[in-house]
Amino acid sequence: MVDKILPLNVKNAFVKKRGKRIIGPIDVQLSTKGFTMVMGPNGSGKTTLLRLLHGLENPREGKLKWNGNIESVRLEQSFVFQTPIMLRRTAIENIIYPLKLRGIPNDIATKIANEWISKINLENSSNVNARFLSGGEKQKLAIARALTTKPQLLFLDEPTANLDGSATKEIEKLLQEAHKAGTRLIMTTHDMGQGKRLADDIIFLYRGTIHETAKAISFFKYPATQEAQAFLNGDILE
Amino acid sequence: MNDIVEGMLSAFRLIFSLDADLFEIILLSLQVTLTAVVIASIIGMPMGAWLAVNRFRFRRLTIAILNALMGLPPVVVGLIVYIMLSRSGPFGVLNLLFTPTAMVIAQVIIITPLIASISHQAIRDLWADYHDLLISLNTTKRQRILTLIKDARRSLLTASLAGFGRAIGEVGAIMIVGGNIDHLTRVLTTAIALETGKGEFAFALALGFVLIALAIIVNLAIHSISKTERASNW
Repeated sequence: MVDKILPLNVKNAFVKKRGKRIIGPIDVQLSTKGFTMVMGPNGSGKTTLLRLLHGLENPREGKLKWNGNIESVRLEQSFVFQTPIMLRRTAIENIIYPLKLRGIPNDIATKIANEWISKINLENSSNVNARFLSGGEKQKLAIARALTTKPQLLFLDEPTANLDGSATKEIEKLLQEAHKAGTRLIMTTHDMGQGKRLADDIIFLYRGTIHETAKAISFFKYPATQEAQAFLNGDILE
Repeated sequence: MNDIVEGMLSAFRLIFSLDADLFEIILLSLQVTLTAVVIASIIGMPMGAWLAVNRFRFRRLTIAILNALMGLPPVVVGLIVYIMLSRSGPFGVLNLLFTPTAMVIAQVIIITPLIASISHQAIRDLWADYHDLLISLNTTKRQRILTLIKDARRSLLTASLAGFGRAIGEVGAIMIVGGNIDHLTRVLTTAIALETGKGEFAFALALGFVLIALAIIVNLAIHSISKTERASNW
């Protein structure tokens, strides 16, 4: 039985490495719906925050309280990495992989994967080793692989960094469709234009702590903190 | 120099005369070595993968010992297997001494650490690439190991071929546990040792060339079947 895993409440969480604080204290609540962008300067802890929420990092202090049982929490979320991690298999086999992990029969998994391959316009590269795809194609494939299991929650760590405008547009279209279909999205970005185009909410991170959480419209027009104002102005934040 | 030329000519004559004894020796060499490689791969590859994905106390020590065992002296392995399988040994009741099975056992012991160690290195590198993805996809340890073995199969093939290379040319251990008995446990390497002892250098060299050719043919066949070293796979 799959439960709704959201909302997620994070209380006083810290991530530390070798005794050094990376992020924290983090107090945040993720609601059941929406598209949240995590923004902030380099080194502010955006990636670590996403990894903490997804379970790739363990909190040294504090806790994460999910709504669902632990099994649902594990199965109902996916993560797209900044540098796409491709299995050394063909493009279609990369999409089939998570489906087969969940015990979906081969023929059904192949059918679902083919639908995704068409959706991301990789029909001609379906049987090409995924390592040989372009950066944009790899990232589309990674997003398709993450969405193929229909997760309730999708984390994306700067998925369009280093991609050109056309690839970025295709990826944003995929994300908007997932958003419309009800997937909860949490994404990090440096691109303010992207934040304005896609986000419902913004989490502004600075020096490992959350300085501001706000509706996107409000954040971009009336940032509540000096650091957020400076970030939006393009000033150098130390 | 004359011996080498004579050896090469003898090798051709032996092969093209379809010498029944020679083909029996070749067949037994292949049978013993390939059986040992398959068994050692079945043991060594999961062992290498398991070592790559697990963190435990004394892990480094375990890996260091495994690497050190790559250089196991075959004569010592042969001696230990001999003692274990001899009538007074713990497995004497099985009556395996001086049989091809005993030779397979000795070779498995010699090449398993080699295959496990090379597999560990290949899978460790792939695990570094896959780590976050496989954790994120909520895979079990068994699923991780199977995925890594599948995706590192080309590197693992190298591990198996290294094991084959070591086993096919091995003489010390199989001489002790096999006894070099004609029509029963005589393989190419033990036959070479015997012919050298008899002063039949040309014939010994001929067998040596056959052995080298055999190793090359098996390597080529395996590369061809597994479609490695092709430009489209680069």
